[in-house]
Amino acid sequence: MHERKIRVLLAKLGLDSHTVGVTVIAQSLRDAGMEVIYTGLRQTPEMVVQAAIQEDVDVIGISSLSGAQMQHIPKVLTRLREEGVDDKLVVVGGVIPDEDAESLKAAGVGAVFTMGARTGDIAEFIHSWWDAQRGASDAQDR
Amino acid sequence: MQSRDPLVLAEQAREGQQAAGARLIRMLEEGDEGALAGLRALLPHAGQAQLLGVTGPPGAGKSTLVDRIVGELRRRGRRVGVIAIDPSSPFSGGAILGDRVRMQTHATDPNVFIRSMATRGQLGGLARTTFEATTVLDAMGYDVILIETVGVGQDEVDVVELAHTTAVVSIPGMGDDIQAIKAGILEIGDVFVVNKADLPGADRVAKQLAAMLHLREPPEDGWDPPIVKTESERARGVDGLVDVFEAHRAHLEASGGLARKVVHRRERVFQDLLRERAAAQVLAAAPEGGAPVLDALKSGEIDPYEAVDRLFERETLAKH
Repeated sequence: MHERKIRVLLAKLGLDSHTVGVTVIAQSLRDAGMEVIYTGLRQTPEMVVQAAIQEDVDVIGISSLSGAQMQHIPKVLTRLREEGVDDKLVVVGGVIPDEDAESLKAAGVGAVFTMGARTGDIAEFIHSWWDAQRGASDAQDR
Repeated sequence: MQSRDPLVLAEQAREGQQAAGARLIRMLEEGDEGALAGLRALLPHAGQAQLLGVTGPPGAGKSTLVDRIVGELRRRGRRVGVIAIDPSSPFSGGAILGDRVRMQTHATDPNVFIRSMATRGQLGGLARTTFEATTVLDAMGYDVILIETVGVGQDEVDVVELAHTTAVVSIPGMGDDIQAIKAGILEIGDVFVVNKADLPGADRVAKQLAAMLHLREPPEDGWDPPIVKTESERARGVDGLVDVFEAHRAHLEASGGLARKVVHRRERVFQDLLRERAAAQVLAAAPEGGAPVLDALKSGEIDPYEAVDRLFERETLAKH
């Protein structure tokens, strides 16, 4: 039996304690058939990366509603590189000013979802990334 | 890029690379046929770890208790693996795995490996490949592996087939006194934990448990399951619980129970695998992979018994 499921880690970094958004996203991704590992509040970049490795997730989703995104998220990307992890998608959601969104994307974040994004957009984005990835790895196997 | 070659992953996992072990578990979970070669390469190196099951109803505080047990085991110098299981949604097949939220104390300890698993339709309180995942962690050199089941009712007792020692967790105030731990679940405990023991009614739960246990036939293996009171939030009573785990391990080793459990589990894995492969082979041998028979079954033309008979007739005919 061959059954691949998308695994997603959801985390909140630093002192940001607004959990409603991340809970809604968790449910919407579950309803889209994904396995969501929720790690809770007050995560450090080290905690996020270690959990992502142990859980072998495909996607790391970071929710940021406190304005501290530029303080924490680049550290997650650096830490991933230090650990040699290069096959995971990082997405960010929350209240993110445009210029921050641009520099996060330049630093390696796959997508930034801000106010006005529909919950379904995130699942859709992940699915299309996944299909593209899988196409690439099938080609590699051949 | 992380390798997907199971033998390379097995080797790297043995060297202690968490990413490699995690990837192998993932491939096993997905039913990747090649991954079994990696698992088999690890088997000779497994068998040293102590497997502890933690089970009980939803809300009993299992995850927090597991976190505190990990803490106590780390104080005693053990390397610890955790498999935390949550249910898959029967509708979407997705899952929310939230046990890690309560296990943050060990989030950056390199000697603790926590893996969340979804049941993916498996009944019985475990995920389908829990055994395989524990084998990987075992071969990676984790001394103790904790298996936290889904929140169970009365019948999700598969953990007892896998764990050497099973802790059944209950709490005061679950309604009709001992509802949560009647019948099947009372038989599988090697130790009974009354968690949240600071809440009113804890002593009564402990007394009722003791009374129910004494009503049973005396256990054949000579182990009388102790009742331990804990307060996970304050980590009270957890050292005593870990003492019980160690005492039970010593008892199993002395009584030959451990060897019996290991043999029993090997048989169970064999039976499961045989059943799975035999079913796949019968379907493969049938015309169009059994699709016409399945269609007839779905349309109500034939019943399930007839459907199986037809597949086996074709199987037999194909051979003669």
